[in-house]
Amino acid sequence: MTYCLFPLTALLALVALPIGTAQGQTTERAPDTMAARVLACAPCHGAEGEGTSDAYFPRLAGKPAGYLYNQLIAFRDGRRKYPPMNYLLEFQTDDYLKKIAEYFASLRPEFPPPVPPVDSKEILARGEAIVKNGDAQHGIPPCSACHGPTLGGMEPGIPGLLGLRAVYISGQLGGWRYGTRTAFAPDCMQIVASLLTEDDVKAVAAYLSSRPAPADPSFAPRGSLPMPLECGSEPH
Amino acid sequence: MSRTSTGLLIGLMLALSPVTTLAQQKAADPAVIAKGEYLARAGDCIACHTAREGKTFAGGLAMKTPFGTLYTSNITPDPQTGIGTWTSDQFYQMMHNGRFPDGGLVYPAMPFASYTQVTREDSDAIYAYLRTVPPVRQPNRPHDLTFPFNNRSLILGWRTLFFREGEFKPDPTKSAEWNRGNYLVEGLGHCGMCHTPINALGGSRQSQAFEGGLIPMQNWYAPSLTSNKETGLGDWTIEEIVDYLRKGVSAKGAVYGPMAEVVYNSLQYLNDDDVRAMAVYLKGLAQGGPPEKASTALPSAESSLLLSLGKSIYDRDCASCHGATGQGMPPDYPPLAGNQSIQMVSAVNPIRMVLNGGYPPGTSGNPMPYGMPPFAQKLSDDEVAAVVTYIRTAWGNRGEPVSARQANELRAATLN
Repeated sequence: MTYCLFPLTALLALVALPIGTAQGQTTERAPDTMAARVLACAPCHGAEGEGTSDAYFPRLAGKPAGYLYNQLIAFRDGRRKYPPMNYLLEFQTDDYLKKIAEYFASLRPEFPPPVPPVDSKEILARGEAIVKNGDAQHGIPPCSACHGPTLGGMEPGIPGLLGLRAVYISGQLGGWRYGTRTAFAPDCMQIVASLLTEDDVKAVAAYLSSRPAPADPSFAPRGSLPMPLECGSEPH
Repeated sequence: MSRTSTGLLIGLMLALSPVTTLAQQKAADPAVIAKGEYLARAGDCIACHTAREGKTFAGGLAMKTPFGTLYTSNITPDPQTGIGTWTSDQFYQMMHNGRFPDGGLVYPAMPFASYTQVTREDSDAIYAYLRTVPPVRQPNRPHDLTFPFNNRSLILGWRTLFFREGEFKPDPTKSAEWNRGNYLVEGLGHCGMCHTPINALGGSRQSQAFEGGLIPMQNWYAPSLTSNKETGLGDWTIEEIVDYLRKGVSAKGAVYGPMAEVVYNSLQYLNDDDVRAMAVYLKGLAQGGPPEKASTALPSAESSLLLSLGKSIYDRDCASCHGATGQGMPPDYPPLAGNQSIQMVSAVNPIRMVLNGGYPPGTSGNPMPYGMPPFAQKLSDDEVAAVVTYIRTAWGNRGEPVSARQANELRAATLN
């Protein structure tokens, strides 16, 4: 009897041990939050999508979810080209990218202090004129017509323009002019950007990046702005 | 009267029979089509035969190889530009023998050296399925290969060296499950295309099957499936292997890089029995052996400096997720202690993960994966080398140190 019992006890102890270990391992899990899931975005875009000191990486927080979603899809499918982003998103589903977009759209971290302008008053004035009034002579609509009088963007697909640095803004406008950044047809930003001269781009970027944080960081509700041209990203 | 009608009847039957056969061929059994769709998933046809934002199965995806760029072909049933005029015999000849209907040789980027194992019945099911996908009129783009590789007759030489034609033969001494796993891994799964060392001629070395290798042009290392020092799965439970293959994450580690594509497009769609069979077969590939002792070589002054820098970077940037002792929070924050992919002879994968970060694929079993942040913009080459050296040697891990130069070289690796 004793002879039989001993191996049985030993066997039980062996069986019990791995189960105990497995339970110990499963207790500590990653936080079940979107913040933890999108930590991969933080080094370039900030922990709350507020942007970082690197001027080439844009603020994501508080941009309309439809705009962010369109960009995530475009990066995933390679239509918008930036290899580090294309690589990270390559194997994610539409549903998940939508959740990521909604997450960043819902955040309202503080805006960074505006960069003291390094450009001349004339350049800033030219930028302000284009942003607020456009340039009728060259057929350029004002930025504020679609991006809103407060430049906070409009749901679902038009982004806010504040809290971004000049090099990022001029990089994107340049991308549209040269066709390396595209959107759904009709690609209104491609049309607008191709009307701008290099000096216009510089002026708009200088002015926008010099603006202080808006009093109300929200975007305009869908359909609330009469847009001067049709945009594939902003269906009526 | 009766003679006439009989004759008429026979005449009608004769006239009808070929039509019936043709109709049957066109409208195959829905069960066969569904099986074909499933098997096409197992073979991951879509990954290569569909371009980014392109029409499904219309081809046109650029495949960079050391010999030039190949463009994948249109396999929709369009009669002019796809495979709409192919018979099931011709389709089988392609799968089984790597030859076009006119007898021409197929470049071995098409894994016919693996697909040759696929049974005629399964090939016919895939064929039946592909006839039901929407036809796309899109001519194939000519390959852009450098001399002398643009000469198709060279494929004959390659075939002599590396191609062994033959359908899968079950091993009667093994279980049905093992045989099913063997069939899927070696055949449709074409795992050996990456997990076997590639020689200078682009051939898989069969003598070193599943011993791992650097994937040309992609700069990811496909680990050995036979050595427990790498990703030999001998120490994994079947459940862990199943999770890894189907969900993309497991208690032992997660998939990134090219393997994320395989899970995303193929393995997550396979049924539980088939994934389990693959797991059983893969686990059996691992060659047993006692675990090696931790390296006892005393660190030189230089590597001890590297390690102390590595530890301080680890504690600052990595420990909040991967734990102070590398235990991670599996499955979402993979463990680093005891993780084979960190300790492999090739340090390519851990260096790339630190530089580029990465997300496991979004799958039905893990729809909202957690991402590893990229550190290329934050850490210098020295710092990358230090932290990778630290995780390769800390907590009983037995990897070799890496140099700043290795880290620097991988900054230029193609990302996507």
